[in-house]
Amino acid sequence: MAAESSKTAGKGAGKTASRSGRKGQARLLQGNEAASLGALAAGCNFFAGYPITPASEITEFMSRELPARGDPFIQMEDEIASIGACVGASLAGRKAMTATSGPGFSLMQENLGYACIAETPLVVVNVMRGGPSTGLPTNVAQGDVQQARWGTHGDHPAIVFCPSSVSECFELMVRAFNMAERFRNPVIFLADEMVAHLREKVALPAEGDLEVIDRRRPTVPPDWYVPYKTDGSLIPRLADLGEGYRYHVTGLVHDERGFPTRRADEVEPFYARLFDKVSRHFDELMLTKEYSLDDAEIVLIAYGCTARSCRAAVRLGRERGLKLGLLQLLTLWPFPRQAVERALAGRRAALVPELNMGQISREVKRVNDGRTQVIRHSKMDGTMITPEEILGRMREVA
Amino acid sequence: MPTVHRSVVYDWLRHDKKFPHVWCPGCGLGILLGSLVRALAEGGYDKNQVVLVSGIGCSGRLPVYVDVGSVHTTHGRALTFATGIKLAKPALKVIVVMGDGDATAIGGNHLIHAARRNLDLTAIIVNNLTYGMTGGQYSPTTPLGAKATTAPYGHSEPSFDISALTVTAGASFVARSTVYHVTQLDQMLGQAIKKKGFGVVEVLSPCHTNYGRQNRLGSQLEMMKGYKKQAVRMERWDKLSPAEREGRFAVGVLADREYPTFLETYQGAVERALAARREG
Amino acid sequence: MARSVKKETAPSQASTQERMEVRLAGSGGQGLILAGLVLAEAAGLYDGRSVAMGQSYGPEARGGASKAEVIISDQDIDYPLATKVDLFLALTQEAADTYSWDLKPGAWIVVDSDLVSHPPSSRAVALPFTATARDKLKKPMVANVVALGALIELSGVVSRRALEKALLARVPKGTESLNKKALSEGMKLAKDFKSSSPLPSQEPSAEDV
Repeated sequence: MAAESSKTAGKGAGKTASRSGRKGQARLLQGNEAASLGALAAGCNFFAGYPITPASEITEFMSRELPARGDPFIQMEDEIASIGACVGASLAGRKAMTATSGPGFSLMQENLGYACIAETPLVVVNVMRGGPSTGLPTNVAQGDVQQARWGTHGDHPAIVFCPSSVSECFELMVRAFNMAERFRNPVIFLADEMVAHLREKVALPAEGDLEVIDRRRPTVPPDWYVPYKTDGSLIPRLADLGEGYRYHVTGLVHDERGFPTRRADEVEPFYARLFDKVSRHFDELMLTKEYSLDDAEIVLIAYGCTARSCRAAVRLGRERGLKLGLLQLLTLWPFPRQAVERALAGRRAALVPELNMGQISREVKRVNDGRTQVIRHSKMDGTMITPEEILGRMREVA
Repeated sequence: MPTVHRSVVYDWLRHDKKFPHVWCPGCGLGILLGSLVRALAEGGYDKNQVVLVSGIGCSGRLPVYVDVGSVHTTHGRALTFATGIKLAKPALKVIVVMGDGDATAIGGNHLIHAARRNLDLTAIIVNNLTYGMTGGQYSPTTPLGAKATTAPYGHSEPSFDISALTVTAGASFVARSTVYHVTQLDQMLGQAIKKKGFGVVEVLSPCHTNYGRQNRLGSQLEMMKGYKKQAVRMERWDKLSPAEREGRFAVGVLADREYPTFLETYQGAVERALAARREG
Repeated sequence: MARSVKKETAPSQASTQERMEVRLAGSGGQGLILAGLVLAEAAGLYDGRSVAMGQSYGPEARGGASKAEVIISDQDIDYPLATKVDLFLALTQEAADTYSWDLKPGAWIVVDSDLVSHPPSSRAVALPFTATARDKLKKPMVANVVALGALIELSGVVSRRALEKALLARVPKGTESLNKKALSEGMKLAKDFKSSSPLPSQEPSAEDV
């Protein structure tokens, strides 16, 4: 891997652990807590946010931890300001995070686009609740899957991870920071209310077992620094503000030196690189898990809390003689096309249960291209899909 | 009238950025750019420790010409980015350039909260009474009755007084000047940048292309002469009757006070957090 | 975590019998989330079992129906919410009415005898948790702990040792002896109940259907 990486848990990661339980020892943690601990372990040292159910636990957690490390925490006047502050802090060299839910995530879209075009690493947590608008503030939903991909205007790459358990909250958050730093792109940690508030027994990995990636910074003297000139990785090196590299950052399309340009021969390669820097490294981003998939006749494809319903459905179904298997998507965007293709190939049918009207099932159908029967299972009543509901749909499978 | 000394140009303007700039001939932003680099040179700041942040609009294009770290952000949000930069690296001098629409319409909420928070930032708000870059629509500072491309029959809303607003919101330093009063402007920018806490300089700058043309105020030169007639020094302003104030405005320092800054009060929280950890 | 694909072993054929689903329901402010936490930590951290706890809540910080669900199992827990509740505690009539629709036939049903006048089943065990906390312990707020004591005495869902450890690790300093006492009082209520009246049948009966 071209990015600088280290095997430590990041500065100060042990402090939290020593306070609230020894490393490696089992603890009962809430999803939001595990995500916060994951952020700290990955080196998060800046947080700006605005309170919102069901993500406030993260903001509160950071307000306790960051001051005790001498790092900045700030509650801003709204979510637009929160992500703005994160972009600023990231440009000044911090690992920044903000946390919100649907209504705030909608407000953040503007500066999320800025982070994409200015190639600023940062992590945005969106704990999904029922929407649109105020919707069902304390209920679970998965309605922001497509918003996480297409919420901001203009074409841009999106990196979105989705946890289904408390331990995945920790692991995927570390991954989210690593990929943000690696690709110089905002990463969206798309949890749902169920997982965010779920408490489970987890043993956090020991410090040495964590890979922490930091952005590549320029090593040339400031006069030689061309901010958006890249090597084969297509990911330019990022200088911290105030370190002698006096360069220009803008939300306008810019040339290699960072200056605005409208020349077609500069605009086209700019966009091409923005996409290629992610697509060239797809294999680093695609995370999936398989449950009993090898001999499955019917495959379930799910993510977030719904993957938990599916795991139970696979177990109960097999007890009843139904050969079910599950492909769990931990990466939602870029869409793990290859894993989904493999999971669909040769199955009798696929069922895609989700707490929306089919936001991922339409992607599955796109990838499937008509070969396997793909059934959408949507639920929008503010509650989880139960394993029995999934098994109930099996009657429809040809 | 002060000029920009060659050494200041050499030291503070970007060598690799193409001139001429994007602004209309006669625009006040060029004068402000000169004033700003003189104030920075005069203050003896280290270029590597200065960051210029701007929003969207004609004023948003100012930082790109200055040879410091420069961040051209989204419309109205410059102060939020600046807040993150300053908190991330408190040693940096962070200066924010915004327009009137930028700072008081779309970014109005950020402005009053930045003033209330009193974080060590300098906000330069270029007030030309209109949205210049998009073609002369009315802004929160467009006077009642004035014409704009979105107020062809005269503007129906009263206007904001940016300086009074930020004084009330809690900024440590607030001053108003114009691009006609360049010596005073240099001085006020210098004071604001040096000042601990949130500093605001409202800079009146003519937009003859849009605001002036629609309201028949004449050429850029005539608008500048207007500033000369209308501007009243703060000390005199207080003695004027409401009738005498009609059609005029005050220039000078409106507030210069010692309020605790965000970084100072946050340091208190850090120490309390550390003490709490020590006690277990 | 694996780079791309992680294969989990096929779920064991373990029957669902090893899974115990507990639902603690009442009104916001009665300390049911805390009770759930203590139960979950007792089972997970001190009895060494797998545990998941979910909660459901409305916009009210005080009042309104609120519940915590604790799933305890010897296997990895896949579905983390209750599907057929084995042990149900209701501290208000509203909670008893709202959250009793999916109880397992033969489930333990435990209610506060003063606050729940119409238990969801005639097999329900009604005990005076709030009255005991208020009158005997002079601290109405420990009714949740009294109830926990009764629950473990009746069902054995976690060991007393584990519950006591988990409880003392969670409660504010200086309230340890009060909480231990509340736990004992709860267990005593359940013991007295068991010795004075025949235990409700754990077998499904006609009324469960």
